[in-house]
Amino acid sequence: MSNYRTPLKNVKGLGSAKEGTSHFWAQRVTAIALVPLVLWLGFSVAALPGMDYVAIREWLSQPFNAIVMILFMIAGFYHARLGLQVVIEDYIGPHGPRTAAIIAVNFAAAALGVTGVFSVLRIALAS
Amino acid sequence: MAEFKLPANSIVKKNGKQFAAPAGATNTRRFKVYRYNPDSGENPRVDSFDVDMDNCGPMVLDAIIKIKSEMDSTLTFRRSCREGICGSCAMNIDGTNGLACTTAIADIEGDISIYPLPHQPIIKDLVSDLTNFYAQYASIEPWLKSDTPAPPDRERLQSPEDREMIDGAYECILCACCSTSCPSYWWNPDRYLGPAALLASYRWLVDSRDDATGERLDDLEDPFKLYRCHTIMNCAQVCPKGLNPAKAIAETKKMLVKRRL
Repeated sequence: MSNYRTPLKNVKGLGSAKEGTSHFWAQRVTAIALVPLVLWLGFSVAALPGMDYVAIREWLSQPFNAIVMILFMIAGFYHARLGLQVVIEDYIGPHGPRTAAIIAVNFAAAALGVTGVFSVLRIALAS
Repeated sequence: MAEFKLPANSIVKKNGKQFAAPAGATNTRRFKVYRYNPDSGENPRVDSFDVDMDNCGPMVLDAIIKIKSEMDSTLTFRRSCREGICGSCAMNIDGTNGLACTTAIADIEGDISIYPLPHQPIIKDLVSDLTNFYAQYASIEPWLKSDTPAPPDRERLQSPEDREMIDGAYECILCACCSTSCPSYWWNPDRYLGPAALLASYRWLVDSRDDATGERLDDLEDPFKLYRCHTIMNCAQVCPKGLNPAKAIAETKKMLVKRRL
């Protein structure tokens, strides 16, 4: 019966997690990284001679483009994973669904990120 | 937890009472006031009061007091100082949290809707249960903590520059307008401390005489207690004292980053 608990007991709860700043900081740093990366991606794709498979493949096999594309994948999926965790914590209350959703986002971000990086490497290293 | 539908017993029913202005009144304004009586077992409703403005003070609180005195004595609300320093008459006026005593009726267009502070348990009518809010304030330990004993013969001194650090933080009157306007606080009121408690905490974090800064930051460093703030800025928007809790929270986050870099 929570009626017999003091309000202060409820508010203090399990205490501080002594964590959260790493998450906050990583979100800001990836955001900063994504500013030039997104600009690069936008301008590069706009400057492509054509949007067909051959043109993109040729473009992505350049070492510089491949490296920056991998950086974009890592920063982008990491940033998305951090951001989605915040959304889940905001809107999903019960611990069970909340934990399950956070795990799912982690798995999805890792799977998609690794798939993206592998795809770029495969194109860049195929000679 | 985000709730987008009211519980069945909180849905406002359309059976509100109408209170007409006294005969002969020419200059009237309509006040639509949230009513809830826990003893009746009924759902909340919105009563409508036509108030004679030729015989009423300029502020929303004046009208509410007039309604209670002359139209329906069962209307329940908190008020005390009537000059914006006690924070008792905080309520949702025309869709925005504010103090009834410092909100002018003339500044509101059309009918004036008056509800209790959002997303809090209601005790009766416009009186919300702020137990959790006050406990959150208590949890940040809002008092000076120092390992150095105070000089026996005088106060703890502070330079004028250090004193200026707490300007904009010490003026909070704990009316709860900010916290109850914050969506993050609505969704996680049990774990997010809310703008009011975090502003109060910041007031002690930057106090030059307090040396528990590190422990205070330790206690705040939590994904929920502090980091639920997403700079929505409703707090700064509604604060009747013109304070900016969002900025204080941002400064607190900066302190937490600063001490690890």
